[in-house]
Amino acid sequence: MTALETGAAIKSGKITAVSAAEQVLDAAEKGNEKINAYITVCREKALKRAAEVQKKIESGELTSPLAGVPFSVKDNICTKGIRTTCASKMLENFEPVYDATVIKKLEAAGGVVIGKLNMDEFAMGSTSETSYFGPVRNPRNLSRVPGGSSGGAAAAVAGKMAVAALGSDTGGSVRLPASYCGVTGFKPTYGIVSRFGLIAYASSFDQIGPVARDAADCAAIMDIISGKDIMDSTSLDTESPGYLASLTGEVKGMKIGIPRECFISSGLNSEVAEKVMAAAEVLKNAGAETEEISLPFLRYAVPAYYIIASAEASSNLSRYEGVKYGYRSENFSSLSELYSSSRSGGFGKEVKKRILLGTFVLSGGYYDRYYLKAQGVRAKIKKNFDEIFSRYDLILCPSAPDTAPESGRSLDDPLKMYLSDIFTVSANLAGLPAISFPCGNDSSGMPVGVQIIGKAMDDVKVLNAAHAYQKLTDFHKNFAEVK
Amino acid sequence: MKWETVIGLEAHVELSTKTKIFCSCSTEFGGAPNTHCCPVCTGMPGTLPVLNKKVLEYAVRAGLALNCSINEYNRFDRKNYFYPDLPKAYQISQLYLPFAQNGFVDIKTKSGARRRIRIHEIHMEEDAGKLIHFAKDNSTCMDYNRCGIPLLEIVTEPDFRTAEEVTAFLGKIKSVFEYLGISDCKMEEGSMRADVNLSVRSEGASEFGTRTEMKNISSFRAIERAIAYEAKRQTEVIENGGTIIQETRRWDDVKCQSMSMRSKGNAQDYRYFPEPDIPPVVISKEEIQHYNDICPEFAGERAERFIREMKLSEEDAEIISASKNLADIFEETVKICEAPAEVRFWFMSGVLYYMNETNTDACDIKLKPEKFAEFINIVQSGKITRISGKQVFEKLLSCDDFDIMTFIKENQLEQVEDTGLVEETVRSVISANPKAVSQYKNGETKILGFFVGQVMKKLKGKADPAIVNKAVAEGLDRTNSNRENAK
Repeated sequence: MTALETGAAIKSGKITAVSAAEQVLDAAEKGNEKINAYITVCREKALKRAAEVQKKIESGELTSPLAGVPFSVKDNICTKGIRTTCASKMLENFEPVYDATVIKKLEAAGGVVIGKLNMDEFAMGSTSETSYFGPVRNPRNLSRVPGGSSGGAAAAVAGKMAVAALGSDTGGSVRLPASYCGVTGFKPTYGIVSRFGLIAYASSFDQIGPVARDAADCAAIMDIISGKDIMDSTSLDTESPGYLASLTGEVKGMKIGIPRECFISSGLNSEVAEKVMAAAEVLKNAGAETEEISLPFLRYAVPAYYIIASAEASSNLSRYEGVKYGYRSENFSSLSELYSSSRSGGFGKEVKKRILLGTFVLSGGYYDRYYLKAQGVRAKIKKNFDEIFSRYDLILCPSAPDTAPESGRSLDDPLKMYLSDIFTVSANLAGLPAISFPCGNDSSGMPVGVQIIGKAMDDVKVLNAAHAYQKLTDFHKNFAEVK
Repeated sequence: MKWETVIGLEAHVELSTKTKIFCSCSTEFGGAPNTHCCPVCTGMPGTLPVLNKKVLEYAVRAGLALNCSINEYNRFDRKNYFYPDLPKAYQISQLYLPFAQNGFVDIKTKSGARRRIRIHEIHMEEDAGKLIHFAKDNSTCMDYNRCGIPLLEIVTEPDFRTAEEVTAFLGKIKSVFEYLGISDCKMEEGSMRADVNLSVRSEGASEFGTRTEMKNISSFRAIERAIAYEAKRQTEVIENGGTIIQETRRWDDVKCQSMSMRSKGNAQDYRYFPEPDIPPVVISKEEIQHYNDICPEFAGERAERFIREMKLSEEDAEIISASKNLADIFEETVKICEAPAEVRFWFMSGVLYYMNETNTDACDIKLKPEKFAEFINIVQSGKITRISGKQVFEKLLSCDDFDIMTFIKENQLEQVEDTGLVEETVRSVISANPKAVSQYKNGETKILGFFVGQVMKKLKGKADPAIVNKAVAEGLDRTNSNRENAK
């Protein structure tokens, strides 16, 4: 069942919020042995909460279409009283004293948090293999990675261990795993969803987004979690368009640009190209106009992204130094040793690599050469997108150059791993809404994801195009049964 | 060779907004450790800063009052460094686009010299917490109450030549900010702190010498001492053929010396970059104009008015008007009792004396003008003398919730109006001091004061000094003529 179907079943009394939670909790606990999608499953809390929600649904107090629906949450979103680890030894036992704004909103609408999802450590990675709690496996094929960094979210939804999930997307962290696992993942326009309570990786890119079975679920979740938050100055003060209600499934007359650079880039799997072009055909047959366009900056997107994201990360992660909370090394005899020893021991390799990279690009003498230059590229990319969106409604391209790689191979070849973000990072650089959804499988049976990117604030248009596609196809109904 | 000292200042001033710069915690001074903080100001994971609009308003008004040009487009930057008092491991500050630039302050030193001190820039930033050391078990604990208190950092050009100019400048800043109502600038509470950049050069030289920066200076007197020490140290180093190392030094006011903290070679790289969590803040021309329009009368104009309207001397007028609180009390009191000279007397002898004795800041003087005026009227009506008035006034300064006349009666402070009693006392003092009487006879008329003092003492200061004077003179003269008669 999708989240909306689950919500409807609870509303009609066919099932209860408690039985829905129980079912997901059982699947999560059972599936976790193989998939490792969850870091924490909170059975007792979830069941207690589900019972309360059920009462409020019966009394008519809760009327959201997703009231009573079980939700799973990436472990970098703060949940009061439930440990929030960022998949790091550094925060292994960290219990936030407050709820993230999205959690408050979700709970106010009657959502039931059933557990916290595994991920790449501090959301840094594209495979969900850098977690201190062990790698996440792809339920489609246990030898493949689920993608990252929201790998636990995509794997749990794909493996029916979650109805719907909240992930976060900094350079593709919702869309890439959605693509690798064959589910739908949406990154909203930067500022549409409050970041308050999302443990920062790269502040100017981070955006919370839903991972679900289809675009309609994503829209229903957006109705709940979006909106201005006074606790986040970067959140936008805009009126909600009514995401779910705006899904018409119509794409007639919509102008869709297909960037040629995506298809001539080396490393693009031909099967991926084929499935993505077929998806474009589906939309064309539904009345959309497709046209080839050019994104000349594409090859600069990944380096610019990694420079800025690492710079912000080096600063954002400085607060983890063993003084106030989190991991503290026992081996120190001075303040600076307390810092270096705690940080050396508390962070994993990939995180340390990015902190070093970010520290370097902000250092005296390098700031202009790297950080400022990358910001210049970012501004150019934004301008390029503005120009394209003055002529096109949407951009359609692959979510990733390839389907999910084998486990254990990516981290040794970081450049290749970083390049798997090539199609997703541009949307983060420009703050644009983008969605990834399944459009078929490759010959080894691994799902292929197609991505649709829209203009800033055109979140509805992006969701609607995916919804139109999903009305005409069944790829999103294909689930992996974790045995 | 004659040496000239060149000084530039970085003054940090806490703004007196009710809440902190990026969260809604109270900015109140004191409070048990870690009771004025929240997940935001303690930098808990996932929290975000939201700019307090009041801080921006205060900042702009300060910038305008210090004759700066105000930048309409404002941005914050992160200054990254590790220290336990900085929970995010970065301080949100302004490096690339400070909100105010190119201002100046005109100062007048105690010796009357006037100078213009140029202001390079003013920027907004957040304060850090405080480390508390426990000698008992050699442990250190953190108090985050001060974390996120809004600060202005005022950076001057190297325009100072003496410590006197520096303290005059800081006094002027304190006065201006008190008039604006944006800070109390109390050095002893840490709401005003200064780092001193100092170098020496041979008098008349056009190039600057190598400078050092002294941190951790926390009172006006300490600043004077630190400047004297550092200027002397540098001069001695150079005169002995050495060179000054560009470095940061910590001023230890107890040992009265500065010590090297770190040299330029291992200077920190703060890795500044634009704060991504706070979008640029734009101040409109209209807002700037508005703040300009509501600029209050400052100490200088007020002193001139006091000289003109209340016939105060220039010195008295400047002292009283430097603090808005004192000037308000003064003006209000005069308005009620219409006796500026008497109010001035109690101000200069009573209020300033009390401030010095009790180490009270001018803005903490709580004297109700109605009460003060009532007191002035009582003195002027002759119900008490100025001498016994002192007791009443001291009480008035520490607490104003009592009835003055009842207090006077209960403590029997009323002026002695019984001339018989005065005369009788005079007679007894004269007969008890024959030696002094003969001195008086021999032409030592100054000894008259001794008799007056003795009489006043016996009457506990409650008699009108003029009446006593007259009675003593008459009494002594009478003794004189008695003797002559006896001859």
